[in-house]
Amino acid sequence: MNSAPAETGPEAIQAKPKMAARGVNVFYGDNHAIKDIDLDLYADKVTSLIGPSGCGKSTFLRCLNRMNDTIPICHVTGEILLEDENIYTSGIDVVQLRARVGMVFQKPNPFPKSIYDNVAYGPRIHGLAAHRTDLDEIVTTSLEKAGLWQEVKDRLDSSGTALSGGQQQRLCIARAIAVNPEVILMDEPCSALDPIATAKIEALIDELSGRYAIIIVTHSMQQAARISRKTAFFHLGEMVEYGDTTEIFTSPKEDRTRDYITGRIG
Amino acid sequence: MTNFTIFIVIAVMAMISFALVRQKSVAIVGGATQQLHSLPRYHGYYAAVRVFAPCLFLFLLWIIGGETVIENLVVAGLPDSVKNVSGDQISLILNRIQLAVQHGEASTTDANILAAADKYSSLYNKGLWATFSLTLAVGLLGYYLSNSRTHADYRARNSFEKTISVALAASSFLAVVVTLGIVASLIFESLRFFQQVPIQDFLFGLHWSPQTALRADQVASVGAFGSIPLFAGTFLISTLAMLVAGPIGLFAAIYLTQYANRTVRAVAKPVLEILAGVPTVVYGFFAALTVAPMLRDAGGAIGVDVASESALAAGLVMGVMIIPFVSSLSDDAITAVPSSLKDGSFALGATKAETITQVLLPAALPGVVGAFLLAISRAIGETMIVVMAAGMRPNLTANPLEAVTTVTVQIVALLTGDQEFDSPKTLSAFALGLALFVITLLLNVAALRMVRKYREAYD
Amino acid sequence: MTERNVPHAELSTGPTDWKSGAMQARIARRYRRERIFQSLGLGAVVISVLFLVFLLGNIVKNGAYGFVQTSVSIDVTFSADLLGDPTSLSPEAFTEKVRKTNMLRLIQTSMQELFPEVKGRRDTRTLLRIVSTGARAQLRNMILADPALIGTTKRVELLTSDDIDQVIKGNIDISLPEANRKVKDNELSWLQTLQNDDRISLNFHSQFLTGGDSREPELAGVWGAIVGSAFTLMVTLLTAFPIGLCAAIYLEEFAPKNRFTDIIEININNLAAVPSIVFGLLGLAVFLSVMGMPRSAPIVGGLTLALLTLPTVIIASRASIAAVPPSIRDAARGLGASPMQVVFHHVIPLAMPGIMTGTIIGMARALGESAPLLMIGMVAFIVDIPGSINDAATVLPVQIYLWADSPERAFVEKTSAAIMVLLFFLIAMNGIAIWLRQKFEQKW
Repeated sequence: MNSAPAETGPEAIQAKPKMAARGVNVFYGDNHAIKDIDLDLYADKVTSLIGPSGCGKSTFLRCLNRMNDTIPICHVTGEILLEDENIYTSGIDVVQLRARVGMVFQKPNPFPKSIYDNVAYGPRIHGLAAHRTDLDEIVTTSLEKAGLWQEVKDRLDSSGTALSGGQQQRLCIARAIAVNPEVILMDEPCSALDPIATAKIEALIDELSGRYAIIIVTHSMQQAARISRKTAFFHLGEMVEYGDTTEIFTSPKEDRTRDYITGRIG
Repeated sequence: MTNFTIFIVIAVMAMISFALVRQKSVAIVGGATQQLHSLPRYHGYYAAVRVFAPCLFLFLLWIIGGETVIENLVVAGLPDSVKNVSGDQISLILNRIQLAVQHGEASTTDANILAAADKYSSLYNKGLWATFSLTLAVGLLGYYLSNSRTHADYRARNSFEKTISVALAASSFLAVVVTLGIVASLIFESLRFFQQVPIQDFLFGLHWSPQTALRADQVASVGAFGSIPLFAGTFLISTLAMLVAGPIGLFAAIYLTQYANRTVRAVAKPVLEILAGVPTVVYGFFAALTVAPMLRDAGGAIGVDVASESALAAGLVMGVMIIPFVSSLSDDAITAVPSSLKDGSFALGATKAETITQVLLPAALPGVVGAFLLAISRAIGETMIVVMAAGMRPNLTANPLEAVTTVTVQIVALLTGDQEFDSPKTLSAFALGLALFVITLLLNVAALRMVRKYREAYD
Repeated sequence: MTERNVPHAELSTGPTDWKSGAMQARIARRYRRERIFQSLGLGAVVISVLFLVFLLGNIVKNGAYGFVQTSVSIDVTFSADLLGDPTSLSPEAFTEKVRKTNMLRLIQTSMQELFPEVKGRRDTRTLLRIVSTGARAQLRNMILADPALIGTTKRVELLTSDDIDQVIKGNIDISLPEANRKVKDNELSWLQTLQNDDRISLNFHSQFLTGGDSREPELAGVWGAIVGSAFTLMVTLLTAFPIGLCAAIYLEEFAPKNRFTDIIEININNLAAVPSIVFGLLGLAVFLSVMGMPRSAPIVGGLTLALLTLPTVIIASRASIAAVPPSIRDAARGLGASPMQVVFHHVIPLAMPGIMTGTIIGMARALGESAPLLMIGMVAFIVDIPGSINDAATVLPVQIYLWADSPERAFVEKTSAAIMVLLFFLIAMNGIAIWLRQKFEQKW
């Protein structure tokens, strides 16, 4: 039932996947949350993970930068490759991995620090800036890339928690960009935002899609259709179908995908 | 006739009125209790309350005030030759009278005292009987009122519940009364002290030696009541304690919330709870008998002179006593930080230590500071450890190897043993107590405010 | 940040070079810091655990000896000449005669039989000092209990004095020069003889648990303090529990949300953090000087501790009442119960295990409290077992304080043993609280 890597045409040969899952299973104690997933994720294409809540899409996303490590009962088998390197082998350094694979969360979670310190936090701990001027520049460019610079340039010293929800989320994106990641994981980044803020974030994702591999979990099929090139449909811990977004939404191969898209299961 | 009999009589009266009134309420409606507004037992309860409450009030009045009144009467009746002595002599005479009441002629041969004892006994008996008859009358009146008012529409339950709710409110009001009592008694006695010793001498004086003349005819120094050395000692020991408890408590909290696996937690949490539950007198004993000699020997081995009652020993052990305090409150503060912040930091590739020091602790800071303030307040007010392990001699020093004394040690020293109650020496203990109360209260208010603000920020 | 690696230019051009030497070194350094930080945390926990082990180990090591006492077996001749003949005298006259007899003479006779070489008043006195002063009462009670002893000779185990006891327990360094120790050479040689004759034994000492206080360590017991503590706690419980419960019910269920209620709440929270010695001052000023209640009595101590534990009881009870879900209240109200009935028939029974747990923990704290009791004179030296809440008494922690202050070496182990007794009661009370919590804990 697993749709093997959908791309078998010439396109697949020229584009090597940035990240790939090979037979990934996740267990929470005795609960088998993710069942045997194979998935290729490409650097230049925004990928959406959709499915009803509790289907395992967020769990899978958190495997990609090993955020599940913080949950003691969580246990992952199989391989997840980042540029041909299994991130679950013992030699891999999580600190480095998470700097390369950044993450934006469902609820904006700015640190209770100034806007500047929020963005500078990552570069500081990783030592990405040799001088204060370098750090200033990283903060500026990150905020610019996140489309927040114009709004906050005069109040970089005020607290990140004082911003509006949409601004907070863009601050979190700026914070993730500042450590210069290769992949950005987004876990329902707009679910706590109003439609206007959502539109801004979606535009931002579109803008960033050239520079970073973006994988986004969303509960909104419209959003997936709007922003992603590839879509994977998850159901009850299995990946039912994976392919180009247009195909998934117009001519799904699997019945379950069709049922979900037409609203028969949810 | 004894107090106990009176109490039993009151209780029995209440029970009988319960039974009678309950029965009457049933009888009124001929057994059809559904016609009553309130269940029969509520009629009974309310009658019992009406009998019991006023009787108990009278009884307590007698218990609390009776003896004092009688003593005054007896003293007033003493011949002038016996009576005209100073205040504390009167209490001595009263003691002799009490002994004579208990043991009769075996205790004394003084005719005056024996006569007074007789008078005391007869007055006491009269008082008992008066109380008895009065409570009996009031009880019967209560029963009569309840009985006559019992009818089908009588809202006995509502009235009874009203009484109960008044009692409940009064109970909670008692907490305020206790505080007022503390404040009033401390201020009252302190004012008497400051009439004899100027307040600025007390607050800013550098010399503490509360020795006053023992007898009126003795010419001795008035004593010095400068409290600075005591507060300096308290401050020194509290600082030492916090130097131990602060880092250890905080790191223990960090380790237990962020690193420890279930086994470590299962061992460490009860250990900390036991440390918190060990009585302070045990810590005091340990500090004085084990830690202080150990420090002295260790000091001797490296050629440093450590006093046998050093501030260090008391401070170290007090620090250990406070560890669970700091750790459990810091634990609360740290776990209250939303885990999304931690996730955010981890997702940027921060290590655990970086996340804790740069995100978690700054976010939990108000809570942690509140924990520290409460711990300091606790250290300042701690008594037994310093009484047993710190010295008695006022010593204005910052050297932890010397012996110092503290505010609480002096309060204990001033008030244990027999003292006359209104000498400046005794009263100075209340002034010290007032200062202690004010300082700890300020710390507590600040800490509680901080903790509350912090909780609101994350709720 | 003074790091040299990764010039910013790279940031905009390509991915960070994680493999560079500088970056690898930096990561290694960060992990080292992580390990140090973690070991600091573990160190803090280990220090706490070690301290507790050290504290308890020390107390048990010292205290175990407090429960045993050295005895010496000597052959006592109960001479009828000295004590009177129970067959010829009336029982009253016999008792009177026995009471008036100096039992030391019996002991002296026996000891001199054992050590005939000891002559002279001073040496004889020293010899008799081997036996505790309590041995006289011991002999007298034996005779009164069994008059048939008169005329016989019997081997009797008598307590030794505390100094001899300490030598046997190894707490006195006998290698010191004679002038520097309390037990002199001649005493040691007698002791050696007695030991060679197998007359010295170390036995369980029940008097420690059943006796009152004494100036002599070998005669001192904790029973008086236990009874004093029991009376005090009884008063505390009977006052603090009903008042605390009523206050909690009012504040949680009936109090209107207004300024006055706020004041009460803040008050209670602050009261919980007032130093205990201040409550002692309150007790002294109010109960003793204003109300004229008896000094050193459990009634005053109990009331003072009740004020001290009241906030604890109120806070615990409130938490427990608040944990009862509103649905229970709604259900009862829906059946037409009055607010009072809702509370007393439904909420309180459900909250009771939690309230009891909180109260027991508060009582355990009161049991360990000593500072406020010093203020109201419960530090007196009291030999008699208190018979009521109005008798002068002391409590366990204060007894510990008093013994810890005593100069005799033998009181160290008595103090530790008394601490063990106190800890036993505390552990028992907390154990009951934990058991209650686990047995009745409701998951809403």
